[in-house]
Amino acid sequence: MSAKREPTKLVPVPSTNRIPERDADKSPILECRHLGIDFGGLTAVDDFDMAIGRTEIAGLIGPNGAGKTTVFNLLTKVYQPTRGTILVDGRDTHGMNTIQCNKAGVARTFQNIRLFANLSVEDNVKIGLHNQIRYGMWQGIFRLPGYWKGEKIAHERALELLSIFDMQDLANHQAGSLPYGAQRRLEIVRALATNPSLLLLDEPAAGMNPSETAELMENIQKIRDTFQIAIMLIEHDMNLVMGICEGIAVLNYGKIIAKGTPEEIQADPKVIEAYLGKRKEEG
Amino acid sequence: MNKLKSMKTAAKVNFATYLGVILAFVLVSVMRSQGLINSAMGGMLVPVCCYIVMAVSLNLTVGVLGELSLGHAGFMSVGAFSGIIAAMSLQNAVPFAPVRLGIAMLVGAACGAVTGVVVGVPVLRLRGDYLAIVTLAFGEIIKELINCLLVGVDSKGLHMAFNLTGTLTIDSLGLGEDGIAIIKGAQGSVGTTKLASFTAGFVLILVALFIIQNLVNSRSGRAIMALRDNQIAAESVGINITKYKLMAFVTSAALAGAAGALYGLNFSSLQAAKFNFNTSILVLVYVVLGGLGNMWGSIIAAVVLYVLPEALREFQDYRMLVYAIVLILVMLATNNPMIKGFFARLFRRDRKAEPKGGEAK
Repeated sequence: MSAKREPTKLVPVPSTNRIPERDADKSPILECRHLGIDFGGLTAVDDFDMAIGRTEIAGLIGPNGAGKTTVFNLLTKVYQPTRGTILVDGRDTHGMNTIQCNKAGVARTFQNIRLFANLSVEDNVKIGLHNQIRYGMWQGIFRLPGYWKGEKIAHERALELLSIFDMQDLANHQAGSLPYGAQRRLEIVRALATNPSLLLLDEPAAGMNPSETAELMENIQKIRDTFQIAIMLIEHDMNLVMGICEGIAVLNYGKIIAKGTPEEIQADPKVIEAYLGKRKEEG
Repeated sequence: MNKLKSMKTAAKVNFATYLGVILAFVLVSVMRSQGLINSAMGGMLVPVCCYIVMAVSLNLTVGVLGELSLGHAGFMSVGAFSGIIAAMSLQNAVPFAPVRLGIAMLVGAACGAVTGVVVGVPVLRLRGDYLAIVTLAFGEIIKELINCLLVGVDSKGLHMAFNLTGTLTIDSLGLGEDGIAIIKGAQGSVGTTKLASFTAGFVLILVALFIIQNLVNSRSGRAIMALRDNQIAAESVGINITKYKLMAFVTSAALAGAAGALYGLNFSSLQAAKFNFNTSILVLVYVVLGGLGNMWGSIIAAVVLYVLPEALREFQDYRMLVYAIVLILVMLATNNPMIKGFFARLFRRDRKAEPKGGEAK
């Protein structure tokens, strides 16, 4: 478990943000500046500033409807931002679509699981490998050498990725028939298959029991350590967030109300107010 | 180990499909040589082959890509008339009939594919019901355009005109002395030399199965099925939606074009009105009855439902009524939970056996 982890120290980067000390000599993998989106007259997210270090596990928390998933949709270009800039690995993602964004290194999972439910577990991962292992349509139809080579590598790589969560034995099962927790894990594996440098997890522990959640925490850290990638997660399970996240941003009504290490966040009166409301005597 | 077995299962189904088609071909050929097939049945052999290819190719769009297309007969029509034009105009250049038929089918496939691109690019931006309605409209447009087409050939080459005003006739093409009319507008093709043979139909089925089954079990096929299962997720893992939708749609249209060419060259005259909305629906019924994404199911459904009206001839006026009732009964039977459960149990026994075998090794 992650209990004996040393507390991370966050150091400032050139903008108003902070990233973990060990990533300080490299530029952040993700940097958002004054990001905002309006839906008609409603401002869903406004002035969102955040930087994530190369190997950071970052958390995005906030009450329901705060705009957390909207931020993920902005980062993966499901929505185009109304204002502000998103830099992925120092590159402005302005004008990119979801597909280009994925190729630039951002992969995600979904709050309501979106697997290819009728396909096998292995095929789900292989679809994640789509842009990693390439051969053309004709190679596939006429079973040319490129097909055999590509399929062999894809098969090996898929099993390797599934072994992160010990799911190799499920490779031939239909994805939609898996238990809930396994579906969530498969979604993470599929996202990892696209070879991301930033992995966005939208409520990865939702619907998991405490022991599954504990296992998930270990696995998230394992993924970060093996792949040396940054992970950003939305989660309501505070044990998970406080246990593994190094930098946390708290969102309320589309605005960041606090940023910092878990210790700083837990002590922040504004966060407590957002979650629990004001004390009577103060109001 | 597990994967090896599953690959075998997928390959087994494909292999069984090929084998079934080949066996059926041998069986019918033998019966034919023994004189066991009457002329009415014999005349249906080539159309059955065409409709099998139509069903299998539509299954690629509806079952594998998951988009409902109601204009499949349009592509068949394009293939049929371009195939007829190719075959008739090459009569002197390529005297050997089977080669001419092959060329005609390739031309039909190419024209089908081009039409597929032209229709697909705007249409595939839509989803679900909207896409179905627009493909229906495109199918009708293709039919109406071919209704206006005047084509003839003489020693100077191919003559073509569009009779959009309704004032032109085949004489307006100004064909030479040796000229022959190939397509006379709404009258359709006339005086076509029949080239189609059962063997050609059999080969076409094998080619269509080969292309579709290999495509489905490859990287591109997985991408296409990913679009069917969850488009948003497919996008999130970097799959180019337009490219793969178009790939499935155009492949399907090309195969329909080839089937159309074979169909067109099986009759001495053929009207564009033959390829109307009803034909599209008929093919869709084969696909749905055979099972979405299930190629051998489509084949069996196409054979049974095409032969059925013929076999029901003794009911005379009640023929189509009986046909409809049989169709409903079959649909009910295949969707019956008891029957489904029976097959599921058979399937599950297979599943259980698999991991055990793996452990033993």
